[in-house]
Amino acid sequence: MLSSWFVALLSAAYFALLFAVARFGDARADSGRSIISANVYALSLAVYCTSWTFFGSVGRATTGGLSFLTTYLGPTLMLLAAGVIIKMIRISKTYRITSIADFIASRYGKSQSLAGLVTVIAVVGVVPYIALQLKAIAASLDVLFAGSGHAEFFWGLDSAFLIVIVLALFTILFGTRHLDATERHEGMVAAIAVESVVKLVAFVAVGLFVTYGIFGGFSDLFAKAAASPELAQLLRPDPARAGNWTALLLLSALAIILLPRQFQIIVVENVDESHYRRAVWLFPLYLLLINLFVLPLAIGGLLDFNGQNVNPDTFVLTLPLAHGANALALLAFMGGLSAATGMIIVETIALSTMVCNDLAMPWLLRSRWLRTVRRQDLSGLLIGIRRAAIALILVLGYIYFRAAGEAYALVSIGLISQAAVAQFAPALFGGMYWKQGTQAGAVAGLSAGFAVWLYTLLLPSFAKSGWIGQEFVERGLFGWSWLQPQALFGLSGLDEITHCLWWSLLANIAAYLVVSLLTRPDAVAASQAERFVDIFRHSRVDADTRLWRGKTSSAALVGLLERFLGAARANQQLAAHAQARGLADWRELPADAAFVHFAEAELAGAIGSASARVMVASVAQEDDLGLEEVLDILDEATQVRAYSRELEMKQQALEAATAELRSANDRLRELDKMKDDFISTVTHELRTPLTSIRALSEMLHEDPEIEAADRTRFLSIIVNEAERLTRLINQILDMAKLESGRAEWATSEFDFGQLAREAMDSLYQLFREKNVALDYDVPEHGPLVLADRDRLMQVMINLLSNAVKFVAGDDGRVVVKVSAADGLARMAVTDNGPGLTAEECSVVFEKFRQGGNTMTDKPQGTGLGLPISRQIVEYFGGNLGVESQPGQGASFFFTVPLLAPEQ
Amino acid sequence: MRRANPVRQKLTALGLLGMPLLTYPLLALPEGHLADIPASYLYLFAVWAGLIALAALVAEQRGAK
Repeated sequence: MLSSWFVALLSAAYFALLFAVARFGDARADSGRSIISANVYALSLAVYCTSWTFFGSVGRATTGGLSFLTTYLGPTLMLLAAGVIIKMIRISKTYRITSIADFIASRYGKSQSLAGLVTVIAVVGVVPYIALQLKAIAASLDVLFAGSGHAEFFWGLDSAFLIVIVLALFTILFGTRHLDATERHEGMVAAIAVESVVKLVAFVAVGLFVTYGIFGGFSDLFAKAAASPELAQLLRPDPARAGNWTALLLLSALAIILLPRQFQIIVVENVDESHYRRAVWLFPLYLLLINLFVLPLAIGGLLDFNGQNVNPDTFVLTLPLAHGANALALLAFMGGLSAATGMIIVETIALSTMVCNDLAMPWLLRSRWLRTVRRQDLSGLLIGIRRAAIALILVLGYIYFRAAGEAYALVSIGLISQAAVAQFAPALFGGMYWKQGTQAGAVAGLSAGFAVWLYTLLLPSFAKSGWIGQEFVERGLFGWSWLQPQALFGLSGLDEITHCLWWSLLANIAAYLVVSLLTRPDAVAASQAERFVDIFRHSRVDADTRLWRGKTSSAALVGLLERFLGAARANQQLAAHAQARGLADWRELPADAAFVHFAEAELAGAIGSASARVMVASVAQEDDLGLEEVLDILDEATQVRAYSRELEMKQQALEAATAELRSANDRLRELDKMKDDFISTVTHELRTPLTSIRALSEMLHEDPEIEAADRTRFLSIIVNEAERLTRLINQILDMAKLESGRAEWATSEFDFGQLAREAMDSLYQLFREKNVALDYDVPEHGPLVLADRDRLMQVMINLLSNAVKFVAGDDGRVVVKVSAADGLARMAVTDNGPGLTAEECSVVFEKFRQGGNTMTDKPQGTGLGLPISRQIVEYFGGNLGVESQPGQGASFFFTVPLLAPEQ
Repeated sequence: MRRANPVRQKLTALGLLGMPLLTYPLLALPEGHLADIPASYLYLFAVWAGLIALAALVAEQRGAK
């Protein structure tokens, strides 16, 4: 027997511990050093395990065998759909979503009415679930105090109602302590994680005690169970219940996200997306551990209390008590208390946020009273509304517990709630992946599903507890048998949950799809649809800011923020926003679309997106963007990415083209410089003979007394220089013609060897004068080529005259060789002159490059012969080159293609 | 088009694999007892534990996002 005061004291101490953890978590969050790690996040998800799990699963297992596991296998599978949940988290973070009602309403055009509908469904649907926790705590107290009955306890108050009061006070102090009403509660999450550890430890301790303390381990327990035909039946999977199994799996898979507290913990309270990677396996592992001993406990209880009238929902407490393990029973009570309070805290906070933002705010915003207190700080009012909502929801839970709770086992009550929140699934998931889903469709689907749920599950639960007449359940409404709530249209053979889930989701999905397809969204809804579905592509705000056009003043927006967030927090957020935009003082912020967007997001965090939109609209004159325009802007936003990629490619192409142009330009500059050099060289070359002609002419002109011999010498020099000048000018003209491609060519077929002989003949005199030996190796006939005969003659004469020019007199020797190979006729003129260095070999074909040392020797040529020859030879597809070593003589050669043989 | 996150894809595949394994008719397959413990009980927890282990392996991969 345990002292009630001791238990009360222990509970108070436990609450104080939670409170301290929450305070610590909040303090750390305020100082920017969050204690929410991946592990804390994963553990906080275990708020899913409530009294239902802690007490109810065992009770469920005594009648349903392994079917209690569906409630935990569903979430395991659902969490593996990581893409869906990450998307939900991303959307919520981007648009400062505060609750599941806010999420759905925001998706369908920030609709206040839809937010209200979701809130009503959530509150009505979850009330039984809260009743379940109250019932569990009341029952566990009863057990602990040996069934004194939960009436007439503590100052004559009903113990369950007392619990309601304590929990309401605790939750109010705990969850709405903050004056700044924002969507996250890090302290609460930390405390919930602690509670998760407590309930796991407590449950496993009881499980170990029963399995290994009372019985001899798993094998012993199951062996004893197998001996009893009833228990053996329980342990055998029953394929006849396959439909129910799958339905319950689906139900729990949906509940893990759609229950308001689960949405709060998984989505809203998520600090960092990467934490989800831990949760995806750690939370299922938690579920596995806490369920490992459920079946042993159930069997153990059934075996141990064989025939006694003990509620299986309390086995977790009664088994230790029956075996004198009072301390363990106390631990189990604390575990159960953790499970219940954790659920109630998070659930009521989530629901109170929804009630405040989506039911109370819209009503207040319309009321006259709020306008009269226009200037006041409303953040206190928000907190007040939330506190009242918490109390109200707990009282509703209590009423349900009194009305219907007695007739049901714990799990059955919980399943009623899960079936209610399952109605959110079509609108929620449809909204995340289907842009066509409209507000009207969502309202229709939710209403239809909720109505079916009310009729097939909630009302019968009231009837079952005798609160309303049993008549309509047994005979159907108005006595029409096809309207029997639990065998609608004659559908029977399913349990009531499966039956309800089947019909309600059918009605829900059908209404959602049909109405969505028949209606068109307005501009806001269309843009929200686009943002939600394409969240991974639209994560930038540029499109968001372009979707708002209108006029407002900064002062009005700041005033709005101060009213709803409180002045301190508003200033803090404004400063952060200004800093992000590179402004030192937030008072300099322009009242532009980005500022409006920021203000609306901040407000949405406090009062929900629907109310935030109404408030912003009240201080801003918004231009109404039409549906088409909104879609255009959003299309543009998606196209901008494609365009920017295209732009990038074009830029690369442009850069390549620029580089090409630059190199072309460089080449042009070089050519220009060469042209300038050419001109200056030409003028220089022309001036040299002119200077000498002029000097000699002046001497002859001024001095008539000059001797005849000198006169003759001077005149011959003048004639020579004039000839050189003429030659030079001719060659320059020739060169110019060749280079500009305006040279005239007289192409004919002729004998290359013959031409070489003629060239040698024509220069024979020159060789003889200088006494240079001329040898040749030229075939009798051929080779035949097709070219300009005179031009090739010019080339040959140039090479021969160069050779004779550079060899020494008397012992000079020039060899001419004509040959044909590889389709080319080749002529080589080899001398035994001074030869050329490697450098000279390469420059000798440039214009005005004279052989020999031009500084000391008198120029012996024009410097244009070889360049002209090269032009001619290359014109016919041949090549002109030189092979030489200094002191070894030089061998100039050129080739022209042979005449192609007639086909 | 951005390539979908491979870790998320692997996890989803795991979930899709788990669905048939954890529902009927496969659930009715294990029969009899192993060390007196019912095969169906062992089967459910083994498959469950297996899924969790694989999920942990995938999710905690080095450099996974």
